[in-house]
Amino acid sequence: MPDTITINGTDHTLPSDPRVSLLDFLRHDLGLSGTKKGCDHGQCGACTVIVNGMRINSCLTLAALHDGDDVTTIEGLGTPENPSALQAAFVEHDGYQCGYCTPGQICSATAMLDEIKAGFASDASESLDGEMEASADEIRERMSGNLCRCGAYANIVAAIRDVASQGETA
Amino acid sequence: MTAHLKQDEPDTANFLDTMKQGVLGKPVSRIEGLAKVTGTAPYAAEYPVENLAEGVLVTATIVRGEVVSIDKDAALAMPGVLAVIDDKCLTTRAAQGTANEAPQQNPRKVDYWGQPIAVIVAESFEQARDAAKHLSVEYREEEGAPLDPSAVEPEEQEDETVDQGDLAHAMARADHAADLEISTEGHASAAMEPHAAIAEWDGDKVTVYASLQMLNYNITELADSLGVDEDRVRLVSRYVGGGFGSKLGVSEEVVAAAIAARAVGRPVRVVMSRQQVFQCVMRRSETKQRLRLASDGEGRLDGFGHEALVSNLPEEDFAEPVLQSSHFLYGGKNRALKLEVARIHRMTAGSVRAPGEAVGMPALEVAMDVLAEKTGVDPVELRIRNIPDCNPEEDLPFSSHKLAECLQQGAEKFGWDAGARKPRQTRDGEWWVGTGMASAARVHNVGEARARVTLRPDGTAEVRTDMTDIGTGTYTIVAQMVGEMLGLGVDDVLVQLGDTDFPRGSGSGGSWGGASIGSAVYLACRALREKLAKKAGTEESDLALRNGAVEGGKSLADLLDGQELSEEGHYEPGEIADTHTASGFGAFFAQVRVNRFTGETRVDRMLGAFGFGRVLNAKTARSQCLGGITWSIGAALTEALHFDPRDGHLVNCDLAEYHVPVNRDVPEVEVLMVEERDPVASPIQAKGIGELGMCGGAGAIANAIYNACGARVLDFPMTPDRVLAAMPD
Repeated sequence: MPDTITINGTDHTLPSDPRVSLLDFLRHDLGLSGTKKGCDHGQCGACTVIVNGMRINSCLTLAALHDGDDVTTIEGLGTPENPSALQAAFVEHDGYQCGYCTPGQICSATAMLDEIKAGFASDASESLDGEMEASADEIRERMSGNLCRCGAYANIVAAIRDVASQGETA
Repeated sequence: MTAHLKQDEPDTANFLDTMKQGVLGKPVSRIEGLAKVTGTAPYAAEYPVENLAEGVLVTATIVRGEVVSIDKDAALAMPGVLAVIDDKCLTTRAAQGTANEAPQQNPRKVDYWGQPIAVIVAESFEQARDAAKHLSVEYREEEGAPLDPSAVEPEEQEDETVDQGDLAHAMARADHAADLEISTEGHASAAMEPHAAIAEWDGDKVTVYASLQMLNYNITELADSLGVDEDRVRLVSRYVGGGFGSKLGVSEEVVAAAIAARAVGRPVRVVMSRQQVFQCVMRRSETKQRLRLASDGEGRLDGFGHEALVSNLPEEDFAEPVLQSSHFLYGGKNRALKLEVARIHRMTAGSVRAPGEAVGMPALEVAMDVLAEKTGVDPVELRIRNIPDCNPEEDLPFSSHKLAECLQQGAEKFGWDAGARKPRQTRDGEWWVGTGMASAARVHNVGEARARVTLRPDGTAEVRTDMTDIGTGTYTIVAQMVGEMLGLGVDDVLVQLGDTDFPRGSGSGGSWGGASIGSAVYLACRALREKLAKKAGTEESDLALRNGAVEGGKSLADLLDGQELSEEGHYEPGEIADTHTASGFGAFFAQVRVNRFTGETRVDRMLGAFGFGRVLNAKTARSQCLGGITWSIGAALTEALHFDPRDGHLVNCDLAEYHVPVNRDVPEVEVLMVEERDPVASPIQAKGIGELGMCGGAGAIANAIYNACGARVLDFPMTPDRVLAAMPD
């Protein structure tokens, strides 16, 4: 049985205490504090990371459950010197204020755009199958698990739409 | 050198407008933005400190009484537990904003359910949390603590009382009158970053990394709590994950971390759980309000009444200042205003974004809508008609006043129909659709502030102050201010904030940060310009600096000739605060749809038009307004604290049960900034922004609900059950 987890391309040994959440493993044990703790109960989305390509709340899962999994955190998406398209768009569109929910928003949006490409339907979708469009309504619905108390939603939607439309033209 | 200004006179020179760089006011992206979007900006709990132990707070499960004993031995026998601390210096409430002294201490005395009584320290967070959960505490409960604000004899806040003319008579003889009782539920700040602190002692000096809004006050509050001199304390808050009032005063985990670290002889981190943030910090008080408006046949106010009942714990000075803008927003020579506070044993009431106006303004604006309907005057016109020439209670002039412009320009941009208004005119399937509007007002405040600006030999600049950026944009506007004054791009200005080793700023709160710290930075730059002008052989007023050089002359680096220049700016509010009424003004317009079967309300679109003096950064200022409007939607439709009537504990103490707006709740929002220069507000002619965007917005939504479906809801938030109950058949 593997007892390692891959985070941003680097292998790490899982913690010995089975109570450690994936979120606390990242923040406390590995010093990857870009992933934020907002509620510890899966209510706010600040701790969103991408596990095997899917976005999850890292506070709602124990690290020990992730033997052999591949995790991408905000640190794995880009750096100040080389930010991802979404990271740059959040700066340009002021898609944040205090910045605390921001890594979770960006991880969530990164995976969310892939979900739209893969044809996952949402409550805002007109139909359950066929091509999905990254419309403002779709983005609002799909990003509603990521709270932003500063109230930057309008700018978050603008940033994501900007990147989604770049993706279409690329 | 210190450049000092105590503003006693209006400043109409608008010196900033003569500068050449052209960077102030521009929509510059946040200079700390890349650190935030890449997760590299350190928040309080994230500083890399070696040998860190973890602390978890334990909270009381009684309303009022005392802690008789704690079974420390059992806890200490648990794996990894290092200490169980119930030191008498632990604080049991957060300090109120600008308290500047220790809040309530002595954790053995319990005043509310959920109050901190101890902190457990262990090697790991999991161990500390487990021990805290299992800690055995014996209490002696004092029965009969009052919990219902309506069931106690309230105390009158006499400095708020106005009794001018005869309102009862004015109501009786008025052509039209509105007399309404309106209630609002309590609110939580619910900043996304939970309160957190890491404390580390070096000899008799403690450094605390914390999440606080006003380090200039918090350092005194912490020193007083610990019983040490202020020079033994250093506070660091470079990034604050939202405050909204909840981090104004030093909170319990900060003091607990410092005491625990001293006790165990190593650094300790204490992070509140989300539930503790809800229960131990601050609530906005619920309110019960009575609004009385008396007008002539054309809607001109002759009588104005606003009374409110709020609540707080015993020994707290703070009373939600519900009437703050009601004192001056509209005329009416017969006036009766009264604020009362009920002493009850729910958790501490304190500042939550826009204390006072956040709940007072929506109530007033609902009353104005009722009066508009009675008089048949268009709601926008009714407000314009009632703008007073000066403060109607104190006969003071306004510093500047853009309410009429905001109402007019907002109405035009929104496409407001000024024709006859009647509910239930538009239906879209099972939804009624309607529009509503409201005025916005929020008093303007400033605070004393210091900042040091240093010009380095290479011609770049550095700013140091313990001022905070809580998401408001301080880093960026400070860089823009220096850039404008010294002719630099923002990339050539290093801004260092949030460290009490630097000069004392104003702190962030009451929307005063930008105007206050901006003024201190401005003064420091003026003093630097004096020195530069001397070197350039000209007068300061003639010194034109742009792109790192004197226009048509030497570069700053050449002028400095290897030297460094440094000045501290010191701004103080002066007598002008007593000789003028200064406020931000604005207008909200909303279109909503209300489901005729379920009573659910959805906001289709909102527009806010605001006048708040000089805009320092068009991008971050707009974001502040967007945030305020988002909060307006929450206050209108979903946000309510619910307390158990048996023990006063907060029932919905998390983000699943306390409903802040989510992305899909916030539709198209438009912001119109009606720029002006306020000569009284500050020497940089700027006023506060952060809170204005939620001072009345919930009223616009309430009025739109009425216009859509005919339900005049008088209890906020307007949840589906309340809308259905108020809906006519």
